[in-house]
Amino acid sequence: MAQGYDSDQPAIKASRRAPASSARHVRRRGLRRAVVPAATVAGLLALWQLAVVAGLIPNFLLPSPAQVVSALVADAPLLTSHAATTLAEAALGLLIGCAVGFAFAVLMDRFEMLYLAFSPLITVSQTIPTVAVAPLLVLWFGYGLMPKVVLIVITTFFPVTVSLVAGFRSVDPDMVDLMRTMNATSAQVFWQVKIPAAAEQFFSGLRISATYAIVGAVIAEWLGGFSGLGVYMTRVRKSFSYDKMFAVIMLISALSLALMGVVGVLQRICMPWKRAERN
Amino acid sequence: MRAPADGDGKRGAAGRVPAAPAGAASSDVAPALEAEALTLSWNAGDSVVVEDVSLSVGAGEVVCLVGRSGCGKTTIMHALSGLSRPLSGRVLLHGHDVTGTPGRVSYMLQKDLLLPSKRILDNVSLPLVLGGLSREQAHERARPLFERFGLKGTERSWPSELSGGMRQRAAFLRTYLMGNDVMLLDEPFSALDALTRSDMRSWYCDMAHELGIATLAITHDVDEAVTMARRVYVLAGNPASGVPSRVEAEVRVERPPAGVSAADFALTEGFLTAKREVLSFLR
Repeated sequence: MAQGYDSDQPAIKASRRAPASSARHVRRRGLRRAVVPAATVAGLLALWQLAVVAGLIPNFLLPSPAQVVSALVADAPLLTSHAATTLAEAALGLLIGCAVGFAFAVLMDRFEMLYLAFSPLITVSQTIPTVAVAPLLVLWFGYGLMPKVVLIVITTFFPVTVSLVAGFRSVDPDMVDLMRTMNATSAQVFWQVKIPAAAEQFFSGLRISATYAIVGAVIAEWLGGFSGLGVYMTRVRKSFSYDKMFAVIMLISALSLALMGVVGVLQRICMPWKRAERN
Repeated sequence: MRAPADGDGKRGAAGRVPAAPAGAASSDVAPALEAEALTLSWNAGDSVVVEDVSLSVGAGEVVCLVGRSGCGKTTIMHALSGLSRPLSGRVLLHGHDVTGTPGRVSYMLQKDLLLPSKRILDNVSLPLVLGGLSREQAHERARPLFERFGLKGTERSWPSELSGGMRQRAAFLRTYLMGNDVMLLDEPFSALDALTRSDMRSWYCDMAHELGIATLAITHDVDEAVTMARRVYVLAGNPASGVPSRVEAEVRVERPPAGVSAADFALTEGFLTAKREVLSFLR
């Protein structure tokens, strides 16, 4: 859904050139954009099912899609409670990560020295593998909520900071000059010009951060915890329940997509002018 | 503003008046904005771009500054608007020194610079909101002017939904709502197509006259300058190769009587004489 939101543009541009058939054209394009990927997924699932049923791959190594779905249904109550833990960690971590990322971006935009000092460090921080840091965090902060949230904050603040800094810097200097001739204070320039100018890039960054948040939570749970989808995952892996393994993978994907969808909705609400630009 | 000339086209434009060192003397009406011997560089420490420029704009008067691209027109505008400080010289507004003080004259930059994230009503209200009015109060002040600025019905539109001409009108209204009686326009019509441009020009001149706004517009289009202005300053020089620009001449344009269209005016002897005069200093 979020993807379609972005790639709408070429279709609209084409429709501007040929206004007569535009509405129908766009609708047909939209339909195709939904049908083609859906058919591809369905086809692959069918192949997978066939391969397992026909015995091409031993069933104890690879469960069939039907088995995965039934595992998902059978374990639904348990999965729901684990998912609630994971989502709560992801949401909390993402919120704090956003706040930290925002603060970093504002400071780096305001003070050139801070930008010079921290931008390489922030980039380097992203080269550290999450899986390597997570055990240390468990060591330092225990098995509770803390190490999970810290890990998510570390992974999610980066896309937010980078996109916001780029957005702030994209402001036309002439616009700032114009604001000065209108006696604007730097706070007014920030809120009236810089924030809206950075909104689009901010939401692109946030969408990436949202997926990082779920994955970050799961990784942190792998390495120690009492509940959460990562904990569930380690348990079913140890009991060789691969159908449940696949079920939880599906659930994690679905949660990530849902979170990205929420970001997309948020963006539509916060940037009403974008809709006008498309029409 | 002075009454239009009597329309005796054959007399043509009045002769050139040499650039006076202090601009005030060359204007017929009390000067609203004066530049006294401005010497400017792009950035502090750079070479001199514009040297010893003096000019003045009377209340309610439209004055143009013409010059080739890159001769320092925008640099002069920046200094007049207070965004930059001159190396030497002063900027006077109604006789008060406002050198290097932004916010005293309204300045419209070359681009319309409407904020894409605000509806037209909020865009044009921006100077009022920045000045401390609430959004509602600002809207109340701005709304009645939409008709006069040819923007009726666009209050709730986003800038991306308007044509170039309408966006420019919105930029004019925003500039007007900055509330100063002096407007600096940097190539105000250059982004528009020819037809819209000539409409907008006559619309602007009528409006500025009606509202008593002193206007200094810069352009590289000699026809545009002669069509709009009562006086044209010609800026010449080549700062890129180390020759600072100066005001080479001040050409007076005999305005046509009221009711003469811009197209007809462009065929009169008065127009052509003034145009020839301006061009002779640009060569």
